[in-house]
Amino acid sequence: MKRFRRLLRVASRSILKNRMRSLLTSLGVIIGVAAVIVMVGIGAGAQADVEAQISSLGVNSIIIFPERGHSGNVSLGAGTKNKLTLEDAQRIEEEATLLAGVSPIVRTGAQIIGGSGNWSTSVYGVSPAYLDIRAWKLESGEMFTDRDVRVKAKVALLGKTIIDELFDGNDPIGEQIRVRNTPFKVIGTLGEKGQSPWGSDYDDVVLVPVTTGLYRLAGGRYISMINVSAASLEESDAAIDEVTEILRNSHRLRPDEEDGFRIYSQADLMETATETQRVMTLLLGAVAAVSLVVGGIGIMNIMLVSVTERTREIGIRLAVGARSADVLAQFLTESVVLSLVGGAIGTALAYSVTHVLNNVVGMTTVVRPAVVFLAFGFAAVIGVFFGYYPARKAAMLNPIDALRYE
Amino acid sequence: MRPVIETKSLTKDYVMGELIVRALRGVDFKVAAGEFVSIMGASGSGKSTLMNVLGCLDEPTSGDYYLDGADVSGLTRDQYAEIRNQRLGFVFQTYNLLARTSALDNVELPLFYDHSSRIDDPRASAIEALERVGLADRLDHEPNELSGGQQQRVAIARALVNRPSIILADEPTGNLDSRTSVDVMSVFQDLNDQGITILLVTHEPDIAEYTKRIIVMRDGRIVGDRPVWDRRSATKDLDAMPAADDLYLSDDPTREGLVRT
Ligand SMILES: Nc1ncnc2c1ncn2[C@@H]1O[C@H](COP(=O)(O)OP(=O)(O)OP(=O)(O)O)[C@@H](O)[C@H]1O
Ligand SMILES: [Mg+2]
Repeated sequence: MKRFRRLLRVASRSILKNRMRSLLTSLGVIIGVAAVIVMVGIGAGAQADVEAQISSLGVNSIIIFPERGHSGNVSLGAGTKNKLTLEDAQRIEEEATLLAGVSPIVRTGAQIIGGSGNWSTSVYGVSPAYLDIRAWKLESGEMFTDRDVRVKAKVALLGKTIIDELFDGNDPIGEQIRVRNTPFKVIGTLGEKGQSPWGSDYDDVVLVPVTTGLYRLAGGRYISMINVSAASLEESDAAIDEVTEILRNSHRLRPDEEDGFRIYSQADLMETATETQRVMTLLLGAVAAVSLVVGGIGIMNIMLVSVTERTREIGIRLAVGARSADVLAQFLTESVVLSLVGGAIGTALAYSVTHVLNNVVGMTTVVRPAVVFLAFGFAAVIGVFFGYYPARKAAMLNPIDALRYE
Repeated sequence: MRPVIETKSLTKDYVMGELIVRALRGVDFKVAAGEFVSIMGASGSGKSTLMNVLGCLDEPTSGDYYLDGADVSGLTRDQYAEIRNQRLGFVFQTYNLLARTSALDNVELPLFYDHSSRIDDPRASAIEALERVGLADRLDHEPNELSGGQQQRVAIARALVNRPSIILADEPTGNLDSRTSVDVMSVFQDLNDQGITILLVTHEPDIAEYTKRIIVMRDGRIVGDRPVWDRRSATKDLDAMPAADDLYLSDDPTREGLVRT
C-alpha cells in the first residue's frame, strides 16, 4: 500500500514535470474517446428517432394490400380473388379474435378547395377505428361515427398540413371544403404526426368515412387496403395467420392457389428500419474506432519521440538500483493515469458535444454507458500499451546501455 | 587488509559486427577497505569499462569479480540491482541527474528503490547527504539551476545516501574547473576519512595526488600500481587558493604563486 502510494506519487510527479508530453499523450486518448462516443451517439440517436416514429404509427398495426402483380385487367377473369372489398374487411371484423380494430381504406388523390385556396392531396376513406389503429390523436372536434359510415356522410377530418395550406392554421371546424366538387363539412382536425421514415408527410391527408370515399369519390367496388391492429405485439404473427385464413376463405381460394394479397406488419417494418439504422451505427462506430486507433498512434509517436530522454531516465533509475520491475511499474502507472485522465476528459467532452447537438443543433443523440465504457477501455488499453512497450524495452537494457542511449 | 574488491583476469569484449573491441584484457587487482584509488591511463585504455563492470552497470565477458569476498558474476538482474542499490555508489562524469527534478528528489531516488527498508526516513537521509556535500541551501534547485560543481555534488550525495561501502567515480571532475575540482575532491577525501572505499578515474595527475593509490591502465590491462607518496589535502589547498575571480582581478603578480603552493 505504501509502495503503491509512492508509485503513484512518482508517476504523477513525472507526469506534471513533463506537462507538454503528458498533454499530447492524453490528447490522443481524449480525441479518440470523444469521437467514438459522439459518433455512436449520433447513430444511436437516429435509430431512436426512427423507432419513435414507427411506434407512433402504432406498433401493432398490420396492413393488407391486394397483390399488385395480378391487379388490373389481366386478372379480371379471376373475379375478386386479388381485390379487396368492404365485405373482406367486414368478414375480418366479424371473425377475427386476435385483432383490436379493423379499418378498410380507400385512397384517392383529389383536388380540394376550401378556406383560402385549393390543394392537391390524398383523401382516405376509413372506418372510425382507424385513429386507434394508427395511434393517431384528434387535435380538436371529433371522429365520424359508424352511422356516418352507413349514410355515406359528407364529413371530413383534416391533417395539419391541409389546415396550414387552406386555413392558414386557423381552426377549420364547421367550415366547408369541396372535394372533387362535393362539399364536405369539417368535423375534426388531426394531431401532428410529422414525416414517415420514408420522407412522406403524414399530415397531408383528409379522412372521410370509408363508404363516402368508396362510393362518392373513388366510385368503385374495391378498396385500397385494409388496416388492422393486433391485440398485442406478441400475437402479431398469429393475427397475421388468422387474417390470412379469413381472407382465403372469403376469397374461396383452393389450397393450391396463391393468396392474392400481401400482409405487412408494422413490427416487420420496424425491424427493417432499425436494422438499417444499426448498420449505420456500426459504420459510425467503425469511423470512430479508426479515430481511436489514430489517437493511439499519436500516443505512440509521442512516446517514441521521448524515448531517448526516457531511456536515459530509465538508465539513471537502473543505475541507482531500480529493478526492471520497479521501472515498469512506474511507467505502467504513468500511462494508466494519463489514459484514465484522457479518457475522463474525452468522455466529458463527448457529453458536452452531444448536449450541444441535442439542445442547440436539435439533433437526437443517445449516449449509451456501454459505449462510454468501451471507448474508455479501448483508449486505456492503447495508451497503456504504447506507454509501456517502449519503457519495457529500455528497462531490459544494461543500465550502462540505457544511460548511453542515443 | 581484507579486500572489498578483487578481480581475476577480468575481460570485456565489445562485439561490433565483424569487429571485436577488447576493452579489458585480463585485469587483476585488489582494493582493500578504506582505500582511495585513482585509475589513470590514456583515452581508450579501458578505465570506464572497468568502472562500469565494477559498478555492476555492465557485465564482464569473462573473469571473476569478488565484492566483499563474494563472487558476483552470473547473478540475476535483480540481484545486480540490489548490489547497486545497497553497496555501491556511482558518480558519472556527466552527473546523470534526473532533469526537472529537485536536488532533494534526485538524492532520494536510490532510497525509493531500497527494498531493505534499512533507512527509516528517506527524506531526512537525503537532506543529510546533501548537507554532507555542502548543499543544504540548494535542496529545491533543479539541475538546470545548479552549477556543474553543484550538480556533481548532488550526484555524490545521491551516491552516498544509501550508505554504500564503495563509491565509484568516473572522471567526476572531468567537466569542472580546477578550483571546483579540488572542492569536489575535498568531499571525496572527507568521505574516505569516514571509511568509504573510493575508486576514481581521472586524467589529471593533480587530482590523483589527492588519492592514496594510483593505478595506471593501458590497452585494457593494469600496467602500473603505486601508492601516493605525499598525499595532498584538498581542504588545505582550497583554503590556500584565492577565489577564482581574484586571480583575474589582482594586479599583484606574486599572488599567482598562491595558486600552486
Ligand atoms: N559500448 C561500446 N561499444 C563498443 N566499444 C566500446 C564501447 N564502450 C567502450 N568501447 C571501446 O572500449 C575501449 C575502452 O573504452 P573506455 O570507455 O573504457 O575507455 P576510457 O579509458 O574510459 O577512455 P576515456 O579516458 O576517453 O574515457 C575503447 O576502445 C572504446 O572504443
Ligand atoms: Mg572513460
